[in-house]
Amino acid sequence: MRWRFLARRLAMLVASLLVASFVIFGALFLAPGNPVAALSGGRSLPASSLRVLEARYHLNQPFFAQYWYWLSNALHGNLGISITLRENVSTLIASRVWTTAGLVLYAAVIILVIGIGMGVLAGLRPGITDTSVLVTSAISAAIPSFVAAIILIALFAVKLRWFPALGNGSDLVSNIRHFTLPAFALALSSLAIVARVTRSAIREEAEREHVQTATSRGIPRRQLVRRHILRNAAIPITTVSGITIASLIAVAAIVETAFSLNGLGAYLVASAQDKDLAVVQGISLVLVTAFVVINVAVDLAYAVLDPRVSMGSRAQ
Amino acid sequence: MSYPEGAQSAAATVSSGPQARAGRPLLEVEDLTVRLQVEGVRRAVLRDVSLSVSPGEAVGLVGESGSGKSMTARAIDRLLPRGAEVSGQINFDGSDVMALGGAALRGYRNQVAMIFQDPRAHVNPVRRIGDFMTEALRTNLDVPAAEANRRAAEMLAQVGISDGERRLRQYPHEMSGGMLQRVMIAAALLTEPKLLLADEPTTALDVTTQAEVMAILDDLRREFGLAMLFITHDLELAAAICDRTAVMYAGQIVEVRESALLHDDPLHPYTAALSAARPDIAQTADRLAAIPGRPLSAFEAPDAECAFAPRCPHARDICRSQVPELVGLDGGLSRCVRAIDLRGRLLAAGTQTYSAGEGDSDA
Amino acid sequence: MSAVPGGTAVPLVTVRAPRRGRRAAGLLRGTGLAGMISAGVIALATVVALIGGLIAPFSPTLPNLALAFVGPSGAHVFGYDYEGRDVLSRLLAGAQSSMLGPLAVVTGALVIGTMLAVIAAWRRGLVDAFIGSGLDILFAFPGILLAVLAAAVFGAGLWAAAISLAIAYMPYVARVLRGAALKERSQPYVAALEVQGASATTICLRHIVPNIMPLIVAQATILFGYAMVDLAAVSFLGLGVQPPAPNWGVMISENQVGIPQGYPLPALAAGACIVAVVIAFNVLGERLFEQAQARQ
Repeated sequence: MRWRFLARRLAMLVASLLVASFVIFGALFLAPGNPVAALSGGRSLPASSLRVLEARYHLNQPFFAQYWYWLSNALHGNLGISITLRENVSTLIASRVWTTAGLVLYAAVIILVIGIGMGVLAGLRPGITDTSVLVTSAISAAIPSFVAAIILIALFAVKLRWFPALGNGSDLVSNIRHFTLPAFALALSSLAIVARVTRSAIREEAEREHVQTATSRGIPRRQLVRRHILRNAAIPITTVSGITIASLIAVAAIVETAFSLNGLGAYLVASAQDKDLAVVQGISLVLVTAFVVINVAVDLAYAVLDPRVSMGSRAQ
Repeated sequence: MSYPEGAQSAAATVSSGPQARAGRPLLEVEDLTVRLQVEGVRRAVLRDVSLSVSPGEAVGLVGESGSGKSMTARAIDRLLPRGAEVSGQINFDGSDVMALGGAALRGYRNQVAMIFQDPRAHVNPVRRIGDFMTEALRTNLDVPAAEANRRAAEMLAQVGISDGERRLRQYPHEMSGGMLQRVMIAAALLTEPKLLLADEPTTALDVTTQAEVMAILDDLRREFGLAMLFITHDLELAAAICDRTAVMYAGQIVEVRESALLHDDPLHPYTAALSAARPDIAQTADRLAAIPGRPLSAFEAPDAECAFAPRCPHARDICRSQVPELVGLDGGLSRCVRAIDLRGRLLAAGTQTYSAGEGDSDA
Repeated sequence: MSAVPGGTAVPLVTVRAPRRGRRAAGLLRGTGLAGMISAGVIALATVVALIGGLIAPFSPTLPNLALAFVGPSGAHVFGYDYEGRDVLSRLLAGAQSSMLGPLAVVTGALVIGTMLAVIAAWRRGLVDAFIGSGLDILFAFPGILLAVLAAAVFGAGLWAAAISLAIAYMPYVARVLRGAALKERSQPYVAALEVQGASATTICLRHIVPNIMPLIVAQATILFGYAMVDLAAVSFLGLGVQPPAPNWGVMISENQVGIPQGYPLPALAAGACIVAVVIAFNVLGERLFEQAQARQ
């Protein structure tokens, strides 16, 4: 039964990636003018360069053949050549991918530790703790990453001078210092969402009849919380944290831009402004893949945590 | 207040009891009153409930939904919701249950095992059956895991579940409701409790599995010599497996009687009505006798009259002028002012009056 | 149909669909104080979006570099921005594009999402399964990413971003509404209407959709907040509304240069406008959602 669930999710993964890649590739043909114009970003190129583009994208062949060539090239790590930098897109991506991965990972740790921590506290301790967590999370959930970015820069970089405002840093320690404000800007609203979901999951699980059964058998409170309330609440908490963290992959573009971090997202935005379509396609493909893979991983974690899962998708 | 001739005060009978008992009762509940906050209003759900269970004795607690029978079991196991206001006494094996806390409360709960109505909801769905069954053993009695598993598998065999080792590794959703309830019973027996609180243990099951589960519960209880408070809405079922039966209405106990006598010689009009309302399989009735009116919840019960009076075919003015006391009569207890007048005539009068809608002839 | 004594033909079963949808005033009742305040903030933002450009005391677009980042004074309560324009005037005039964009996103996502949800619930079976898998696959595209892709292809602008976000939000709408529509579809009154010969379109439009309306409204309210954040983000990235047009997202982006100079006020003021409106939509949406769920 579980294997069927796994197979279904993997099939969905492949289907999602196919559709996403198709959209990313097909965007070329939706663009005003012809694909060559789109690829060159409206620049006037010498005839020889145009011929290179046509050959590289097999533009003289039928549409699906072109898609196929493009996809199989992409699968082999060949994502084309940047029209502005005249370099391999995969090389350009490889040099920036760790910035984005590090940023998202840092933010994920913040969300998991602080968000779940706050939610558990609020869920188990009604009263002042609960109310303060609720109010803080309601406000921070509404603060978009770019607003969080300017507030953090104004406060901690400019006024207090605790952290640098911009740039990547050179070694691990300075990397962490440079990434702290961006990671918090990226994590803030997701952290609030995770805290709220955790709180209500804990509340809901604490009210379950089986918790009453355990109480009636004289199980100590501490063990009751750990083995029954937290264990069962872990199912929705994992799902929501996972989905939220996956969504950071796209939001990272905003934070990287705000903090001038040399990551994939900022490069994606810059390339979109420059109409460097090969780069936009390449980065979109990488980000969508990461997004979909994390989502499937969340589903698998859900299946591991909840023995009742046999078929269908996750409970929402 | 004066009582009719032949009646004694309730206090005198509760402790001595209707039948001969060796020593003190295992569980004694006295004047238990519970109020809960419902939508901001404090409402009584139990009023002056007194009952006792002796070692090895099975006592039935019968009533309609909302009568307070489950609440009584919860109060005994100290499982009342937050904000409950409790007065009265609960004594178990010589200790004051209301005063227990921490480790002492957990120790007490180990000696009082509860079997819940809906096993599907009352067993953690994401833990294995083995985890569920042995949790209390391992946590509270420090039994090593291997030994706990061995005992659990043995106990599963006792409740008629073979292949215990494999079952212990299964999850609740892989079992039927009846099987899960047997697991719950087995788990309750594992910690070797002195008292079982069985809260409608078969109500949520299919009719076909009800009898089976009931038989297992009854057999094992006798085999282990356990005392049991058996909660049900089914008067006949309670009478069949319990030594004594208490009947609840609107948060009060209205009758306590030896089960053997309950059906044929009830002391309270409500008990008689319950008996009459149950279709008799041996004879075809023209129409089923229903109790007119709607059952009252405890918090709706009036302060200065008999709570059952509005539905009682035998009600007189005196019934509406005072809350009756629980008084001893013919070896049982009845909370009816007219108990002596009505003695022996309740069943005969019962069915006729409901259909005819007229009073009985003694007025 | 047989004539009933008395001369009038009456259908065998007359069932009236339970009407759970109420007017806006009815919806707001019971959202509590926080809901009322939120509704007030939203109303204020809407009025400013409609007439903000007219009541702006100064020109929102005419630069005067001599006044760049000059602090608040007299009539200029929020001071000047990086090009020496009155910040308050730009905030008032910028409300329009900041509110209109999300409105377009929400409308698009809801119309298509509701349609798909109702069709899936009505036809059930294969159609439902097909729509369901299609939606699952669409989840693969985060809204921001789709908007950036659209900007790269079609050029920067509010409309490309709004359309992309509407497409990205649609699966979320459809998934929630599908459940509600399915529940409504299985109500006995729907079967009764079918027996009476009402057409599918009539039943869907006149009964099912009105009955899930509270949920649709709640969804719209919650989505509006998200759309506002995402669209402001796209403008912040320089791919949405183009300067010098006034817009809250644009204002944060262009006034970032003031932050290292110790002059964050113009950027923060625009950020505060976004946060206030988003909190209002979130709080009200949450309350409406709870109400709609309670009613289901």
